[in-house]
Amino acid sequence: MKLGIVVNEGPYTHEASDTAYNFAVAALEKGHEIFRIFFYHDGVNNATRLMVPPQDDRHIQQKWSELAEKHNLDLVVCIAAAQRRGILDENEMKRQGKDAENLAPGFRISGLGQLIEAGIQCDRLVIFGD
Amino acid sequence: MAMLHIVNKSPYETGTLESCLNHAREGDTVLLIEDAVYAAMKGGRAANALSAAKGVKFAALSADLKARGIGEDRIVEGTAVVDYGGFVDLVVANDKTQSWL
Repeated sequence: MKLGIVVNEGPYTHEASDTAYNFAVAALEKGHEIFRIFFYHDGVNNATRLMVPPQDDRHIQQKWSELAEKHNLDLVVCIAAAQRRGILDENEMKRQGKDAENLAPGFRISGLGQLIEAGIQCDRLVIFGD
Repeated sequence: MAMLHIVNKSPYETGTLESCLNHAREGDTVLLIEDAVYAAMKGGRAANALSAAKGVKFAALSADLKARGIGEDRIVEGTAVVDYGGFVDLVVANDKTQSWL
């Protein structure tokens, strides 16, 4: 089955990022296709490669990036939510005249149309948040 | 057209479980995850609401029960305990999912 996932909560807040990640892993283990994972609202904070959690804690961004690489997942960050929270890729850095970019590997910045498309294309859309 | 309702907050903190139960229909399943697993504890006020919801199935996520020290002997009868794989199966088995955030 084709599944879409939406993450609306930042990492290390309550549990939404972890629950969404564990759900994604379980779905892939069962042979389902994950069409897209869309990061919206504070969920865009999952995508900063500059997070430095303590060494004995899970590294949520790295877990997403590794999962994306292993399974060729499409991790999409909402552009409007990302701009508000200082999540920039190289293109946005230049466009906004900033001196740094911080988008982690495996993520891409795009618009809400990607969420709508996931809603249309997926058999199920599962939302995780606060 | 069965629906999977996903609740993630304790009923002692927010009203999302109550809202969910007001909308859940016969044949639907309510999955309790994260702090919502507290709703399934025997003897709690919320447990009565679960028992009163006729025709609605209940499930709770095992990892979140374990993380809160809630043994399976302490949850209300009739509540299924599922792992993340079971969560995926519930998503597949129901036509739609609704997260009560």
